[in-house]
Amino acid sequence: MELTTVWFALIAVLWMGYFALEGFDFGVGMLLPVLGRSDRERRVLINTIGPVWDGNEVWLLVAGGATFAAFPEWYATLFSGFYLPLLLILVALIVRGLAFEYRHKRDDTTWKSRWDSAIIVGSFVPAFLWGVAFANILRGVRIDAEMEYVGGFFELLNPYALLGGATTLLLFLTHGAVFVSLKTDGPIRHEARALAAKAGVAAAAVTVVFLAWTQLQTGTGASLVAFGVAAVALVAGLVALPAGREGWAFLGTFVAIALGVAGLFLALFPDVMPTTLADGTGLTTTNAAATAYTLKIMTVVAAIFTPLVLAYQAWSYWVFRKRIAVHHIPEPVLAGRGS
Amino acid sequence: MDPLDIARWQFAITTVYHFMFVPISIGLSAMVAGYQLAWLRTGNTQWLRLTRFFGKLFLINFAIGVVTGIVQEFQFGMNWSDYSRFVGDVFGAPLAIEGLLAFFLESTFLGLWIFGWDRLPAKLHNACMWLVHLGTLFSAYFILAANSWMQHPVGYDYNPETGRAEMTDFAAVMLNKVQLVTFPHVVLAAYMTAAAFVVGIAFWHLRREQALDPTSTESGMWRKATRTGAWIVLVTGLGVAAIGDVQGKVMTEVQPMKMAAAEALYETEQPASFSLLTIGTPDGEQEKLAITIPRLLSFLATGTTDGEVKGIRELRETYRETYGQDPGEAYYSAGDYTPNIPTTYWTFRFMMGLGFLAMGVATWLLWATRKGRAPVGRLLYVAVVLLPFMPLFANSMGWIFTEIGRQPWAVFGLMTTAASVSPGVSATEMLISLITLTAVYGVLAVVEVRLLLTYIRKGADPVAEDDLPSVRTDDDADKPLAFAY
Repeated sequence: MELTTVWFALIAVLWMGYFALEGFDFGVGMLLPVLGRSDRERRVLINTIGPVWDGNEVWLLVAGGATFAAFPEWYATLFSGFYLPLLLILVALIVRGLAFEYRHKRDDTTWKSRWDSAIIVGSFVPAFLWGVAFANILRGVRIDAEMEYVGGFFELLNPYALLGGATTLLLFLTHGAVFVSLKTDGPIRHEARALAAKAGVAAAAVTVVFLAWTQLQTGTGASLVAFGVAAVALVAGLVALPAGREGWAFLGTFVAIALGVAGLFLALFPDVMPTTLADGTGLTTTNAAATAYTLKIMTVVAAIFTPLVLAYQAWSYWVFRKRIAVHHIPEPVLAGRGS
Repeated sequence: MDPLDIARWQFAITTVYHFMFVPISIGLSAMVAGYQLAWLRTGNTQWLRLTRFFGKLFLINFAIGVVTGIVQEFQFGMNWSDYSRFVGDVFGAPLAIEGLLAFFLESTFLGLWIFGWDRLPAKLHNACMWLVHLGTLFSAYFILAANSWMQHPVGYDYNPETGRAEMTDFAAVMLNKVQLVTFPHVVLAAYMTAAAFVVGIAFWHLRREQALDPTSTESGMWRKATRTGAWIVLVTGLGVAAIGDVQGKVMTEVQPMKMAAAEALYETEQPASFSLLTIGTPDGEQEKLAITIPRLLSFLATGTTDGEVKGIRELRETYRETYGQDPGEAYYSAGDYTPNIPTTYWTFRFMMGLGFLAMGVATWLLWATRKGRAPVGRLLYVAVVLLPFMPLFANSMGWIFTEIGRQPWAVFGLMTTAASVSPGVSATEMLISLITLTAVYGVLAVVEVRLLLTYIRKGADPVAEDDLPSVRTDDDADKPLAFAY
């Protein structure tokens, strides 16, 4: 296999990991006002992802860095082209990340509710915009002969892309609800399960339409298989949930998201950013790639360190495997202002 | 406004801001891990209290360093897409490796450390913080290797067909001679910054506790933190200065204009004197006041007291001959090869001045607190409370110096900053980005500083002997967690 193909696959894996992992972080954040009515319940929710959310987000940073190294033209065109949506995502990730760390540091209602808003908005915005961005990549945008995006901001908000945004948002919401049911105990666990069932139906409906549209647009045999497995996994997960098999349900939504993303990349290949302009230059794994030398170096580094990273990240999930309930939440560490 | 100016302002603001938090994270992760190790070795709970106290401050600081780092990963593509296309083959690799080796390590093991007090055996828990520290060092190494390549591109070929720089020797990029002096300089400065941060806070507490009871365990604890921190400031400060001296010689060799700009040295001199303070017109036509140390610049730049140091005027002509021959080629054109002299001149002085000042304050403090002495002087108190800001701003000055001093180049000798900016992004979009990020960063700075002050004032929580960290057993299943968000 050519190294450009290897790196296309590796970048696909990074996005699969990112969405399957941070997807439930976003879901938990979006569900904060729904499942967390009291401060303690909100803290239960936040603590289900507390030790792991930052590690999950690193998948995005590595996807960004790997794109820069392996496909510099893709990195340049994509991030300068989708400028404002990306800026929104960055701001959302900034305030959301800080909120996890700062929220509990003052026992002050206003302080906490502001950080809650940061978590909620900071989860909704990327959950929606990542879908919009990926749908636009799949659909193709106006890229000129110099590989510059010339479509502007509002062209990114076309119906197919909005459907893509709705798909990621609903999938992450469901994934988050399933995760909460897996990681908590008490009333919150049951509410999360009930909510996951409802959100799951909506997510499944929208996902099927979006994936079918994608398949008709640029699909291949391989992408069809991936989409099929994703759909089956999602339905199986939703069936397992009412039976109380939360672990299986989580595996279902996890696989659905990962394989859905895999299908998108399979439908994209060998393009990485197709153009809709007749005289434009679309980006492919060939014309956007770094040199074989750089790819070779990167492959060696990735081959050595990726298994190590996966091992210790999995270990951290193992360390924090226990469910959390309201009575596990300690008293606030610091009383209000002036104390 | 020109998109180029907006993009440069955004890069300057976001990067200088990000690097306010990064050095403290690098240094404080080691110090907190060290306190924890001291507690494990001695069983003295004062070290445990310091671990927890500075651990909290570390987390408040680290969080903001992490989230502002996200912008750094993406703004090359957003605002500097032509730069990204040109250098990606070389510059992208260290960035990607930084993510894989450093960011995963830092984030995963920090999560384990924060929440792991009652889930991991004590030694393993301490190892998590050391791994966080190792992650910060990896991060520093790879990002500085990327920056060093911009200062002194090596291990690449310019490919006219693809119009970009292409990597030919990864080891050369990683072991760039600029990198080999920059990494220790920056990392030692980070230790110095974190230690100064600790000393400022610990001495503030020490003064209050001493007034109550100079022999209390409380006083003893802050005294330990003050004196160990002051030693670190002094020793690392000496290291920063010593390596800075070597850096000066490397810089003279690979970027002679930057050395001349640091000194505002317009005419070539042999031997060259070091300017302590010069006030003149920015174009160097007239000197109104000059205080100089004879031969010192020759020594700094060349290692001999009578070495020749080239001046700006001569270098400008040399650069024009070398790089100015092909103005048609976008990547090889620049009008003037002189950076902004007042900026380079003053930032260079403030960098060194603040660094030496911090070492002076640390020495004074060590002397004043020797053999259990409890100094009460107001001047020392003010100096020590201001101490954290000295290396902090010295870092900023150093970066502004080295980045402005490279101008007009983004990659020295290869690509100008003007040619690097994204051609497809409008000034309006860039302005939205600049204003948004500056506003968000501004608000976060206020929030962060107030939160830090609250926790600093609150002091180190006492530790009850029956409340030492221990691993949860199945009997504890319903007990509250040792730590939760």
